[in-house]
Amino acid sequence: MKTIIVVGNGMVGYKFCEKFIAKTPKTNFKLIVFGNEARPAYDRVHLSAFFENQDAKSLELAPRDWYTKNNIELITNERVSDIHRKSKTITTVSDKQFSYDYLVLATGSTPFVPPIKGIEKDGVFVYRTIEDLEAMLAYAEKIKSINPKGKAAVLGGGLLGLEAAKAVRDMGLEPHVLEFAPKLMPRQLDERSSDMLQNKLESLGITIHLNKATSQILGENGFIAGIEFNNEEKLAVDMLVVSAGIRPCDELAKTCNLETGIRGGVVVNQKMQTSDPEIFAIGEVALYNEMIYGLVAPGYEMADVAVEQILGNEEILMSAKIDMSTKLKLIGVDVASFGDPFVSPDEGHAIVFENKAKGLYKRINVSHDGKSLLGGILVGDAEDYNMLHQIYLNGMTLPENSEDLILGARGEGGASFGSAMDLPDTAQICSCESVSKGSICNSITNGTCNNLKDIVSHTKATTGCGGCKPMVVDLINETLKSLGKEVKENICDHFDYTRQELFGIVKIKKIRTFNKALDVCGKGDGCEICKPLVASIFASIYNDTPNKETSIQDSNDRFLANIQRNGTYSVVPRIPGGEITPEKLIVIGEVGKKYNLYTKITGGQRIDLFGAHLNDLPAIWEELIDAGFESGHAYGKSLRTVKSCVGSAWCRYGMDDSVSFAIKLENRYKGLRSPHKIKGGVSGCIRECAEARGKDFGVIAVDGGYNLYVCGNGGATPKHALLLAEQIDGDMCLKYLDRFLMYYIRTAAPLMRTAAWLDKLEGGIEQLKKIVVEDSLQIAKELEKEMQGLVDAYECEWKQAIENKEIKTRFKHFVNVDDKDDNIAFVPMREQKIPELRQ
Amino acid sequence: MESILEKYSKVDNSEVKIWFKAAMVTDFPENGGACVKYKDKQIAVFNFKRKNSWYACQNLCPHTLEMILSRGMIGDDEGIPKVASPMYKKTFSLETGENLNGDLEAIATYPIKIENNFVYIGFSE
Ligand code: SRM
Ligand SMILES: Cc1cc2nc3c(=O)[nH]c(=O)nc-3n(C[C@H](O)[C@H](O)[C@H](O)COP(=O)(O)OP(=O)(O)OC[C@H]3O[C@@H](n4cnc5c(N)ncnc54)[C@H](O)[C@@H]3O)c2cc1C
Ligand code: SF4
Ligand code: FES
Repeated sequence: MKTIIVVGNGMVGYKFCEKFIAKTPKTNFKLIVFGNEARPAYDRVHLSAFFENQDAKSLELAPRDWYTKNNIELITNERVSDIHRKSKTITTVSDKQFSYDYLVLATGSTPFVPPIKGIEKDGVFVYRTIEDLEAMLAYAEKIKSINPKGKAAVLGGGLLGLEAAKAVRDMGLEPHVLEFAPKLMPRQLDERSSDMLQNKLESLGITIHLNKATSQILGENGFIAGIEFNNEEKLAVDMLVVSAGIRPCDELAKTCNLETGIRGGVVVNQKMQTSDPEIFAIGEVALYNEMIYGLVAPGYEMADVAVEQILGNEEILMSAKIDMSTKLKLIGVDVASFGDPFVSPDEGHAIVFENKAKGLYKRINVSHDGKSLLGGILVGDAEDYNMLHQIYLNGMTLPENSEDLILGARGEGGASFGSAMDLPDTAQICSCESVSKGSICNSITNGTCNNLKDIVSHTKATTGCGGCKPMVVDLINETLKSLGKEVKENICDHFDYTRQELFGIVKIKKIRTFNKALDVCGKGDGCEICKPLVASIFASIYNDTPNKETSIQDSNDRFLANIQRNGTYSVVPRIPGGEITPEKLIVIGEVGKKYNLYTKITGGQRIDLFGAHLNDLPAIWEELIDAGFESGHAYGKSLRTVKSCVGSAWCRYGMDDSVSFAIKLENRYKGLRSPHKIKGGVSGCIRECAEARGKDFGVIAVDGGYNLYVCGNGGATPKHALLLAEQIDGDMCLKYLDRFLMYYIRTAAPLMRTAAWLDKLEGGIEQLKKIVVEDSLQIAKELEKEMQGLVDAYECEWKQAIENKEIKTRFKHFVNVDDKDDNIAFVPMREQKIPELRQ
Repeated sequence: MESILEKYSKVDNSEVKIWFKAAMVTDFPENGGACVKYKDKQIAVFNFKRKNSWYACQNLCPHTLEMILSRGMIGDDEGIPKVASPMYKKTFSLETGENLNGDLEAIATYPIKIENNFVYIGFSE
């Protein structure tokens, strides 16, 4: 048996282990892994997610027992301090000795902290580990309690610096980015795209300072209070995050005389071997082609090469050229750069499209013969990144007018280049896990895989940064289609039907319980996918509230409230159209006070009360219902809110009383269960203060009636709603809405919002107009009738719940005692409370 | 926080020293769960009517460390009875406690029996 010691349990060190055990029977080798950090390896790439949920566990790449299960000895919190090449042993800080046959250095890098005067002060941070983030969070809280308008600066305007700026902004501090160069992301962007990005970031409240050399950190008593620049200008800040580049952790290599680079990094060859052939270096510590690669994808490839080399597959070498294309993963900011973003005039020329008003900048660099793509930059809209990146990587021939690559998406037409199926088989679709198009398509054609789930578990594609997912899905669907297989979206293992098919069966066979549905057309005992889906179908056909068959409801529906991260619930009374009397506001305030709830105005024009114990829900609702409130269905896949602007009742531009119409619509469709949630909006004029076009349905008052828009979406993939009918009156608007909503409810896939549904509807909005407005399918009357039936059958489910003693007992946390859940704890936050953090 | 997880460990039938009389059969929803308090422990109990079986396991979701498993939906994964945590839908076998859709540590399961319309859970201490 041979021993491999891996020094460093970061992303690349972990990947080495994963690849190793995937390729070799466990018995031949013993793997020992040392990690300097307290936790097993975690996903550093998505480190910023920690600010949102503070859930270290969800970042973990594999739990501790994964290592045990695979016979890997993982020793965390233990730094390797020396390598003795002669005796082939290592020692650790606590003076333990281990021998190795092969040694793999995966020690990564540390943030480079420039030697600026005062940089050691408290309040100066780096951004690399979970501990760094925890320390930043704690410090930010402290600052905010002293100065609610606290400021934080980030030193460095590169990829990571911008991510850090977004993070400090999310922490509630005023963010400033300090960059030495005259542009942002100097390695990836040219000046014009940097300008565009700067505008975008400044509109998000991030102030950018370019051409700024920091000369010292100011502040007394050891705390940072400001920054001074070379030109003696000053900026008062309460915190600083240094993101000025990385330095490879190569001390171990230096002390045992392995060859290192002038500016650091352990020199490796194409086999990932260091100057000692039994010692390998991979990831951010390795100096390959005289470069340190600060990205995971090259690190993962290095891990793979090292594994193959140790297993004797000497022909597997590191690629000669490393792709450094990147996409910034800040929410709300699309920035990508691929290949050579700058290109010199003797190699090729740039084609640039810029629209300042829309914040768009697209640049592609094309060879002089117009045949190949050398690189490019996208700001404002990076949707085409995956495809352009593939064209670049695979050296695909460009269309005759290469500008079509960035201008092709004009109008509603879509991009001008072909589908993912046009790529060569060798095209690397998932660069994180090096999965080629060929291996995805072949596993489908040869029957190894049949769907996305199979592909993910078989190839691991999409499990790294996740950026490749849309392309992987396209490839799977197209390949299945080319095999003549129907791309069928079966609900789950228990029902071999799509939602639409099951909807029809339930309706025709008049099925009314889940057991019956399983017995008639399903198999097994159901699961967390089909149960709520069938419940939603029952609700859409019979308007059964979730009180009818509680055990098949999603947990939120079962308890008629949204579960929060600590197992407590939120309470959202309906406030139709956002209109509320002072008396009702007082009731909400009193209930909030009595039950010690955190209150917040939501983005849906109403009020959310958070942190209610399960046991308290019935009492809280009793008081609210007494005051005339109803359930807001914030927990259900059902109508949420119909937002309104104040409209002609007050506004000098109003064309109509939008509040009245919004209330009418909200009351008509409240409680309506659907494949996903539905939101509406009514604006009194085209200034659109209710953001109606961001909703599933939106009504805008115009001269001569209403314009009705449908299938808009905010959320993860924003889409403006499209015009369905113009200048119609209120009654017509209701008619069209009844038809539209009912048709959506009947035909959409589970958890598909109207915007996504329209995308899939053959013929798009024109087809929808035919069905809804012209009644081309001759089902309009039927749809209207069904909707009216549902409207008439509406009942507030919370009222049902508190009036029925049996239903009420559902809300006890324990069946055998009346206690509340004693595992729940809160901490104070700005005069209210929030859940205590879990480790 | 580790300590709260350590409170729960699997009890085999042979290790049962105490049969705790938890509540009436009718206190539990059919094909769903409810939570039982025993000393300082929270135990999720499921009346899997479709299989005519009862199951007991820790109420603590090992992923979120919240006391919520009893509020999850039950069902089967290729015949294995399972519960899905209501927070992020991690699923666990009700027979072995194994995490069926991930690498989380298994949850603790407990013996359960029905006598004279009462539900009893088996503990070793
Ligand atoms: C409370 C609120 C945030 C706030 O403090 O303002 C909120 C909170 C949640 N939103 Fe939201 N959303 C809230 C307004 C919005 C809005 C704004 C709006 O409605 O105008 C949007 C964008 C508009 C849209 O939906 O098109 C929004 C887009 C989402 C999405 C993304 C949907 C998408 O299509 O991409 C989700 C996730 C989902 O539904 O799958 C989501 C999911 C959630 C969930 C249910 C997440 C969860 O499962 O716990 C949150 C539940 C909170 C709770 O317990 O009540 N929330 N959410 C807002 C409640 C509005 C209300 O009164 O009911
Ligand atoms: C906030 C952030 C965002 C990022 N975003 C992206 C992105 O979007 N895309 C992308 O491709 N890359 C991104 N990266 C970079 C990516 O995280 C790194 O490329 C990757 O983590 C490198 O892996 P590694 O294993 O080489 O180093 P690391 O992950 O740093 O792991 C090295 C480990 O070795 C340990 N160690 C060091 N010395 C010793 C010793 N002597 N003994 C024992 N253990 C030791 C360290 O403590 C560390 O845990 C991001 C990085 C950060 C910080
Ligand atoms: S409230 Fe909405 S946007 Fe905010 S964290 Fe929850 S889901 Fe995300
Ligand atoms: S490219 Fe990152 S997961 Fe596929």
